[in-house]
Amino acid sequence: MKYVDEFRDPAAAKDLIASIHKMAEQLGCSWKIMEVCGGHTHTIYRHGLEHLLPEAVEFVHGPGCPVCVIPSGRVDDAVWLSGQPGVIFTTFGDMMRVPGRAGSLLQAQAQGSDVRFIYSPLDAVKVARDNPDRKVVFFAVGFETTAPSTAAALAYAKKIGITNFYVFCNHVLINPPVRAILETKNVTLDGLIGPGHVATVVGSDHFQFVATEFRIPIVVTGFEPLDILQAVAMMLKQFAEGRCEVENQYSRVVRPLGNPEAKRVLEEVFTPKDSFEWRGLGSIPVSGYRLSDEYESFDAEKHFDLPGAVVADHPACQCGLVLTGQIKPWECKVFAKGCTPDNPIGTCMVSPEGACAAYYSFGRIPQILADEGKPE
Amino acid sequence: MTTEQDAPGQIHGLGREPKLTDDRVTMAHGSGGKAAAALIKEVFMPAFSNPASIDLPDAATLQVETGRIAYTTDSYVVQPIRFPGASIGELAINGTVNDLAVTGARPQWLTAGFILEEGFAIDELRRIVEDMRVAAEKAGIQIVAGDTKVVPRGAADSIFINTSGIGVVPSQRTLGASRLEFGDRILISGPIASHGMAVMIARGNLAFTATIESDSAPVNGLVEAIYDAINPESVKWMRDATRGGVATVMNELTKASGKGVLLDEEAFTIEPQVQGACDMLGIDPLYVANEGCFIAVVSGEVAETALAALHDAGASQASIVGEVVRNPQGLVAVRNAFGGTRLVDMLVTDPLPRIC
Repeated sequence: MKYVDEFRDPAAAKDLIASIHKMAEQLGCSWKIMEVCGGHTHTIYRHGLEHLLPEAVEFVHGPGCPVCVIPSGRVDDAVWLSGQPGVIFTTFGDMMRVPGRAGSLLQAQAQGSDVRFIYSPLDAVKVARDNPDRKVVFFAVGFETTAPSTAAALAYAKKIGITNFYVFCNHVLINPPVRAILETKNVTLDGLIGPGHVATVVGSDHFQFVATEFRIPIVVTGFEPLDILQAVAMMLKQFAEGRCEVENQYSRVVRPLGNPEAKRVLEEVFTPKDSFEWRGLGSIPVSGYRLSDEYESFDAEKHFDLPGAVVADHPACQCGLVLTGQIKPWECKVFAKGCTPDNPIGTCMVSPEGACAAYYSFGRIPQILADEGKPE
Repeated sequence: MTTEQDAPGQIHGLGREPKLTDDRVTMAHGSGGKAAAALIKEVFMPAFSNPASIDLPDAATLQVETGRIAYTTDSYVVQPIRFPGASIGELAINGTVNDLAVTGARPQWLTAGFILEEGFAIDELRRIVEDMRVAAEKAGIQIVAGDTKVVPRGAADSIFINTSGIGVVPSQRTLGASRLEFGDRILISGPIASHGMAVMIARGNLAFTATIESDSAPVNGLVEAIYDAINPESVKWMRDATRGGVATVMNELTKASGKGVLLDEEAFTIEPQVQGACDMLGIDPLYVANEGCFIAVVSGEVAETALAALHDAGASQASIVGEVVRNPQGLVAVRNAFGGTRLVDMLVTDPLPRIC
């Protein structure tokens, strides 16, 4: 496919991998690189990149899976909302199977709740317009990547005078968890692979603080395998030259200042919340969005009397240590034992973009082969 | 002067063949009365009539050779009922034909049961029945019995079809996961993932459109082509890669055999528009449903012969996509173009699009 195949070209990948090996050898020590975004984690495992790179380059899978970071209490609220009389509950597909204490939205649907999965928040507005006697709630999740489309849907609903549309807002901001991780004791990261899709909205300059305050290079990166390999090469070059800069590998999409129109609509529709509870990372100040006062009438949390219970992470869960790179997924006590993709205990196992789920689904193979011998 | 005995002859229409005058299915069409008789006579019989069903007996009687038969059933509830490349009617024939064919049977007879929602358009029913007639003819099978029920509006989603099928299994054809040996090769008969993506796009709630046609087709001709080309004992195992796609079928094989499967990602053919749609939705094509392609595991030394037979039989994009291996034991792995290897696990639930 044009514009994608070029970034999956095996010959180009081979050259890049060879030059990465050469650079790593010249540098002669090991490097911990965190990919912030779950999309990168998915690509790394899906294409088996981890095991094509030198051992000296170690990936740490960061907090950027928007499905994984939603705490159980919020999922419980979503399930509760879906069961309210007259409600049509709309959601992105991959939130459907995330388990709360009272089950998932998929189970709520089976029990009679009207849960519909949609591809765009604008579709939820359409559902509201087509069902004027129902209350249509949209389960808004995601970083600055998906937040603008929620914002645009709200602006549109306001413009056309829809009054039966509500947003259950769980949008989160990328910089606060990155900062929290970089400030954590025992965490030593040498570089960050910056989230390309978030950067499309906020701009690569948004991550300047990583280089300036923490003295760590960051390369904003696309999501094809060659993007990631090129980003690793750029990172090693920075290490070799002793630089700490924000570099933009994803320049075919990302601008230094991002997308001004998306940023404007975000500012109009949302206001940062005092704090947001992150699954696996705990409460982080000013790390989530709520609807601005101007859009208050669309706020599901204002319109419905949500249970709003805070549910603590499972005590056996070591997601926090996985997310900060202190242990590998398979080093967690419950990995693949109590915690599997069909029965996740912790955040990292919830979505295919979570570090543990990606490792469980795709990545175990080299370990298995190492135990059993090579494929025959 | 007319007497009472003459009256029946004067009543208009008495004793005449019933006529189908409705343009929508009503509850009366499932009642077993005149309306039902009219529906059978005007919609079903013209398409499905054959010696076994001509007098509409309660059951068809069929002559079988001695030996084994294969017998299967499947229900079809796809929405929308018509999508690029096929309809629910064509699917209902090909799906059951293929289930028979991949057990090594030659499909012979099918039955068709219809559950119709009150209000369903009779013209649409005619078109679906015509699709079934054409598909049956193409697959070389007969539809020998049928049934129609009508349920009140809302109790079914427009039309559901069940088909059951019988095929005759020639001797020497024994398939089973236990027959697998290391070094056996895995063949696929065509491009993957088009059916599932065609249906998803036809549902019309995606923010994009693409011209993707379902691959719905009978595979019994291709199965015969393999058996004609190689010793029947060299064919070890076959399965059509329907719901859950290639990945699910391969996992079923490794679970049943305890042996490993190593697939070569580059060897699969995926139409560019199908790959594009999968990429946009974050869906792995290995997990997407197919309706006209099957997997065959054959002895390593005859794999190329079997492949050539598939090509000659018209499956020009058939390919050898993998091998039965010792490691990883009981698991499916796929090697990509970069030389990286990943595990291909069973799906937890239906593939739902990722959000970003």
